[in-house]
Amino acid sequence: MSSPGLRRAAVAVVLVLLLTLPAWVGNPYYINIASQILHWAVFALALNVLVGYAGLVSLGHAGLFAMAGYTAGLLLAAGSGHFTADVAAVGVTLATSAVFAVLALRSTGIGFLMITLAIGQILWGVAYRWASLTNGDNGVNLPGRPAPFGISLAGADAFYYATLVVFVLAVASMAVFVRSPFGASVRGTRDQAARMNALGYNVWLIRFLAFLFSGFWSGIAGLLFVYYNQFISPQVVALQTSAEVLLMVISGGTATLLGPIVGAAIVVIMKNVVSAYIERWNLVLGVIFVAIIVFMPEGLVPGSVRLWRLGWRAMRARLAAPAREMLGDRGR
Amino acid sequence: MTVLAVNDLCKAFDGLRVTANVSLAVEPGERRLIIGPNGAGKTTLFNLITGELSPDSGSILLFGRDITRVPSRRRPHLGMARTYQIITLFSRDTIERNVALALLGLSRLRWNPVIDFDRQFDLIERARATLARVGLDHIAGRPVAQTSYGERRRVEIAMALAQNPKVLLLDEPFAGLSIDERRDVQALLRAIPRDVTIVMIEHNMDVALEFAERITLLHFGEVIVEGTRAEVVADPRTREVYLGE
Repeated sequence: MSSPGLRRAAVAVVLVLLLTLPAWVGNPYYINIASQILHWAVFALALNVLVGYAGLVSLGHAGLFAMAGYTAGLLLAAGSGHFTADVAAVGVTLATSAVFAVLALRSTGIGFLMITLAIGQILWGVAYRWASLTNGDNGVNLPGRPAPFGISLAGADAFYYATLVVFVLAVASMAVFVRSPFGASVRGTRDQAARMNALGYNVWLIRFLAFLFSGFWSGIAGLLFVYYNQFISPQVVALQTSAEVLLMVISGGTATLLGPIVGAAIVVIMKNVVSAYIERWNLVLGVIFVAIIVFMPEGLVPGSVRLWRLGWRAMRARLAAPAREMLGDRGR
Repeated sequence: MTVLAVNDLCKAFDGLRVTANVSLAVEPGERRLIIGPNGAGKTTLFNLITGELSPDSGSILLFGRDITRVPSRRRPHLGMARTYQIITLFSRDTIERNVALALLGLSRLRWNPVIDFDRQFDLIERARATLARVGLDHIAGRPVAQTSYGERRRVEIAMALAQNPKVLLLDEPFAGLSIDERRDVQALLRAIPRDVTIVMIEHNMDVALEFAERITLLHFGEVIVEGTRAEVVADPRTREVYLGE
């Protein structure tokens, strides 16, 4: 089977596994873990647009993620309908992303990282200190999950399938973006910004639009998060969330579609499953990250592909050696 | 009409004058050579013309239109293309993809987030045709990282040619090339039609003098000598400043 054929077959198998997951997992606890992996994966994919494809490392994306969650949470708590709250949440997140981008794109590299970190911290400060709006440290409780088309998402299975639909849409939109001329332009600004400018590209605008795209999916992930937990607090806006999602992207492999998903799975499983058995699960997570950086600096997914190819080549060479010897013997 | 006119252009970095009242007038189809010792301000002049640097004073006219304040990203759309002294290619991509990116830069398609770039057969066809012009079509699918230095130089030129420029600025296109590679690039430049005006910076006098019709000699950011090849070579200031006699 050809390489694209193999890829399509692998995607089909994964889709079937994901679609049947509630049937073979059974336990709602693990179905909820799967929902968490999926919505964190959407967030990691969104950050990957900037980190992997645009070469812009953000440490303030938790601000965008939480902006959607807070907007929806506050509107729902005030009595709005789910549709209004969700549309407003995405709109506010996009507007915040635009402000983020205008401020942060004055710089690249470490300057960009520091500006996003600073704005993220400002948003955390607002969530924490503007208690009359955000309820401060007590957070915002949601009255409940939505019921689109009359289907209640209150149960673990239904919410999992809703998250899966959004996840598939996110992956599909990223796949289309990556292969598109605009995706190529974004990657070009990462690799040779000055050259792109000299070729007629508007580097700033390309980065700005990439930021909005990333912000949009961060907001969608934030909505999934807030519906999953039915609660949001300033802890979600904290630097730790931004750092965690950045680690998901880097550990899985930047500029790949699969990498951020694998990274999200590792972090969520460590936090929720391994922590039940190992008290110092943070230490284990740290060791895993160090091991990835040492042995696969490009990330788990591209690193595994590299090691697989090396292993495959070595095996073929070993298999070919006796055959060559036999042929050599015959020749003599 | 003069294709490219530079009038009294000045640029200083922290008080150090790198371009001092430089004026040039390049006529249609001309092959203009800009020479000068290291630090004479040749590349700075190119960066001013392409808009990568803003001049402190003076003006730049392209086909009579004042482009002094036109952003550098707009200038390729007006018919200006350049190559770099230090090769700046997209090393993770194939040669063909590099040239396709150059073509995409002038196309509205560059904003399209939905279609498949690899299925834009018109762009790919045009990229292949440009690569055929520079003799690289047989290795179009090879990643840039797996090409020789001479091949990369030609890819640089192919990317500029792909944009169908009216004015082509070449910054030391022969730098670092072997004798054979130099011959190839020389043939390639000779084959560029006369509707493309070429301004070239070059240190290698053997190849540059053969190519040039008019020469401008820069020294400490100033135009010291300008004229035909014979006039500039014969001028004692050229020998004094550049040839060290």
